[in-house]
Amino acid sequence: MKFTLSWLKSHLDTDASVDEICDTLTDLGLEVEGVENPAAKLSDFVIGKVTAAEKHPDADKLRVCTVDAGEGPTQIICGAPNAREGITVVVAKPGTYIPGLDITISVGKIRGIESFGMMASEKELELSDEHNGIIELPAGEIGQSFADYLAEHDPSKVDPVIEIAITPNRPDALGVRGVARDLAARGIGVMKPRDVDVVPASFASSVSVTIEEDAKSDVPVFFGRLIKGVKNGPSPDWLQQQLRAIGLRPISFLVDVTNWFTYDLNRPLHVFDADKISGNALRLHRAKGGETLVGLDEKEYTFPEGAIVLSDAEGPESIGGVMGGLRTGCTEDTVNVFVEAAYFDPIRTAYTGRALKLNSDARYRFERGIDPAFTPEGLEHAVRMIVDIAGGEASEVVQSGAIPDTSRSYKLDTDRCSSLVGMDIPADTQRETLTALGFVMDGDMARVPSWRPDVQGEADLVEEVARIASLSNLKPVPMPRVRAGVPAPVLTPMQKRLQLARRTTAALGYNECVTYSFIDQASATLFGGGTDVTMLANPISSEMSHMRPALLPGLLQAASRNQARGQSNLALFEAGDAFHGGEPTEQHSLVTGILVGKTGPKDVHGASRDVDIFDAKADAEAILSAMGAPSKVQILRGAGDVWHPGRHGMICLGPKKVLGIFGEIHPKILTALDVKGPVVGFVLFPEQIPMPKNATVNRGAVSVPDLQAVERDFAFVMDASVDALTAKNAAAGADKALIENVRIFDEFIGGNLGEGKKSLAMTVRLQPSNVTLKEAEIEAVSAKIIEKVTKATGGTLRG
Amino acid sequence: MDDLKSKYLDLIGNAADEATLEDLRVQAVGKKGEISLQMRSLGKMTPEERQVAGPALNALKDEINAALAAKKMALGDATLDERLKAEWLDVTLPARDRRVGSIHPVSQVWEECTAIFADMGFATAEGPQIDTDWYNFDALNIPGHHPARAEMDTFYMHREEGDDRPPHVLRTHTSPVQIRSMEAQGAPIRIICPGRVYRADYDQTHTPMFHQVEGLAIDKNLSMANLKWVLEEFFTAYFGTTVKTRFRASHFPFTEPSAEVDIQCSFSGGTVKVGEGDDWLEVLGSGMVHPKVLQAGGIDPNEYQGFAFGMGIDRIAMLKYGIPDLRAFFESDLRWLRHYGFSALQVPTVHGG
Repeated sequence: MKFTLSWLKSHLDTDASVDEICDTLTDLGLEVEGVENPAAKLSDFVIGKVTAAEKHPDADKLRVCTVDAGEGPTQIICGAPNAREGITVVVAKPGTYIPGLDITISVGKIRGIESFGMMASEKELELSDEHNGIIELPAGEIGQSFADYLAEHDPSKVDPVIEIAITPNRPDALGVRGVARDLAARGIGVMKPRDVDVVPASFASSVSVTIEEDAKSDVPVFFGRLIKGVKNGPSPDWLQQQLRAIGLRPISFLVDVTNWFTYDLNRPLHVFDADKISGNALRLHRAKGGETLVGLDEKEYTFPEGAIVLSDAEGPESIGGVMGGLRTGCTEDTVNVFVEAAYFDPIRTAYTGRALKLNSDARYRFERGIDPAFTPEGLEHAVRMIVDIAGGEASEVVQSGAIPDTSRSYKLDTDRCSSLVGMDIPADTQRETLTALGFVMDGDMARVPSWRPDVQGEADLVEEVARIASLSNLKPVPMPRVRAGVPAPVLTPMQKRLQLARRTTAALGYNECVTYSFIDQASATLFGGGTDVTMLANPISSEMSHMRPALLPGLLQAASRNQARGQSNLALFEAGDAFHGGEPTEQHSLVTGILVGKTGPKDVHGASRDVDIFDAKADAEAILSAMGAPSKVQILRGAGDVWHPGRHGMICLGPKKVLGIFGEIHPKILTALDVKGPVVGFVLFPEQIPMPKNATVNRGAVSVPDLQAVERDFAFVMDASVDALTAKNAAAGADKALIENVRIFDEFIGGNLGEGKKSLAMTVRLQPSNVTLKEAEIEAVSAKIIEKVTKATGGTLRG
Repeated sequence: MDDLKSKYLDLIGNAADEATLEDLRVQAVGKKGEISLQMRSLGKMTPEERQVAGPALNALKDEINAALAAKKMALGDATLDERLKAEWLDVTLPARDRRVGSIHPVSQVWEECTAIFADMGFATAEGPQIDTDWYNFDALNIPGHHPARAEMDTFYMHREEGDDRPPHVLRTHTSPVQIRSMEAQGAPIRIICPGRVYRADYDQTHTPMFHQVEGLAIDKNLSMANLKWVLEEFFTAYFGTTVKTRFRASHFPFTEPSAEVDIQCSFSGGTVKVGEGDDWLEVLGSGMVHPKVLQAGGIDPNEYQGFAFGMGIDRIAMLKYGIPDLRAFFESDLRWLRHYGFSALQVPTVHGG
């Protein structure tokens, strides 16, 4: 919403400065988005008088002028045809910025003669496109600021333009008068009266209007007057200037009137060329759907069912509340004009506008809610202006329907401001504030003005009182603790778990990423997503069309981008949500990391090597452990197409309880996502880790036997396809009390073992708790270990 | 006997290596050594002679042994010194490479917010990112025709033909979590809701996904003045310097009265400094929770009232840590992650800052 300072002052009697007005508007909730003050860019220009002008000795078209601009005679070279002795001009001294040329003027030599500044044209000052000569002023004192001169003699040229943002609850502030009302309530000036001198009716209107019964809820009332014998043409200068200042293009007077009242009084109007109305009867009705109309913007629109249409005998001629039609619009030649002021329902207008994807000033205002009670008066204002400027005679008022009753009152509880906002405002002040805003106080009851559809309860009265008093006066008041003392912990076990996972992963050397939750369909499909259930209806681009089924694609894409920038060794992770469906419940937490390239740059220690799945496994186990996962797990295969079929494992508690997956990413995935391998990674499912059954933090006593532990090594030969974990678990199960742990320390394949065979070597550590082990006991356990392992693996003890 | 002593002490002192020393030991105090032989002769002496010669011989033997041990240690040290001298390394060679990880600024600031608000009694609530339009809009007093819906640049989820429910949305704010939390636990309640939110907008200062943290406090007599205190306490703790706020009247469908909140700052040389100067920077929206929103959450507005606020996590991260471009947050450029990331153990706490 834009307006000029002088426009505002036509409604508000005030001496306040532009700055004060802007600060107040922002504080009132009418946030100033910008101020364009033409005086600011003219402030350095001063008025001077040319006391002498002689031809430049070396140039026919240049003159050497002597100019007095308040600092004595100054020499300025000028090429303008009208530069001559005796004229009053606008001078830019050296150092002055010339907006129209985008340069700062300096002392210079022109054809060998020094010039101390310049005399400006209107174009150079961005006042107009005039550039045939320099400005000649009819008056003005030498040395006077040109901005001050304009403010005095031609104020519209330096009228500041203020732009404010209007929140959806304040349709009343979509007219300049409403803005003035807020300022007046705050005490910045006094509202000027707005009486209308109604144009007397000279005849009965030949145009009639009816609202059909089923449309009455959406267009309850319509007023119109026919004006005969107008002379359309360009609007008066003041009107054109005001419209231009707020960015509207003047078209013709009759059209400009409707735009001007839209902004001045928030009263959208429509003007029909009465001679083009077919059958002289207008009908407001609900669209059946499918009717078409070419709007004033010369585009064709197809009505959705239920939209309000204004039709004549020939068909639709207006989209109710949104836009008029081209067929019956006014032109330069219009002589007889029918002026419409109606009230269209906000919700209906919003749906119609949305369905037509048509934004107009009228829709913007009707869907927020204009003042229904002002409808007839608004019409009279417009008719008065038309008759005064374009002449003609006006008909009686044509009315159909009745102004909807929006009257309502709420109780003003003057203590509520203190208890809800925390500001103590005297009761009298509260009542005065509401009265200034147009509320009518009747005892404790405040009747809401018809232009404030947003006020719907007692809390709104408090809001108005506090807003006008200024929330900047609010003093902070400590909020007591829920209970005295040290605050209780607030994180849930799952929140703590994810925080631990995140920080553990970072501690393991991974850089945390936050990637977009939506990815392209092709990538999503690779990871089991990309179907319609996770598709956005209105994605911002095809790269962001589907909710991610996993975090891996985002990380792999990040890896690809980093590789393109020359980063070849990467450790990236993300902890966040992925989506297995389109319902609110269908999201799950993941912690995912990838290792790309080598373990580090090549170095003097020879430590750099390709990352492999045991790097990923170690990290996955460390993070799972940090999240409280049990250490005794199964490792299964078959996690799907994302992984190298032979080089991945699922860390499980049973076949259906997968805590995580580690492994090498399938080469096809890497190719599809343009990542250079090797890439290994892990995906962990924090929500799958069982929560501890009892919440105790007590760890019990530690068992630290004094007795010497004994270690024994074993090597078994078995089929290469047998899992090491099977052998390990078998060994550990040989004597659960005595065997403290089993560690696989060597795997050997090939040699003289034979095709498809491998040798696994393990160390078993025996920890007695009561008495020192005797050799016979060790032998017995060893025998049992051998028996268990060979049975479980089908292997033999290596001789 | 004195001759014997000085002879051996000289020899020991001059011994060049451990082998010579061992020879001397055998020669002097070995089984058949010179001193041992003399000791054997003690038996042939008279008791009187023995009383004099015995202790003298023992003393001599001890002295020789001590000299042998001392020399042996000295020779050992010399050998070790030789070896260590040979074991010189160029210690300016690089250490073994160790990968250094980092925490993303969003996570760090998320935890900073959690820690500060936890101290004021706010728990942390989370909710779904795909939500129903009821939770995202209607429950927050934004009915279907409300202009705010159009202004939110909402992402909608696809709807299968025949599924006549309104399409789900990608939540445009974390406010739906307020409703879900009120439904679940009623009043009184104090929560913050951090999380990802989505709006269909992409330019220098907007990304289609960003992070918000909302706060909600409902009790019998909380006022907007408490809200101002909570926010000033938060910003002061968060920025580590006293920060004043300015409340400006505004409008949000879910609060009434509503206020935009600015924080005190200075703009100079293209940088923003919070907590000083005469300028103001808009950082959040807030207000007293609308009675209709309380009702939607199952709380009686005649009994309870309170406030809510929402701000951008990414935005306050940019302000605090001087990060210029929002878009870079989600690009995962390793150089950016390393520069703006945080150490794994730099866990934000109220006591540690």
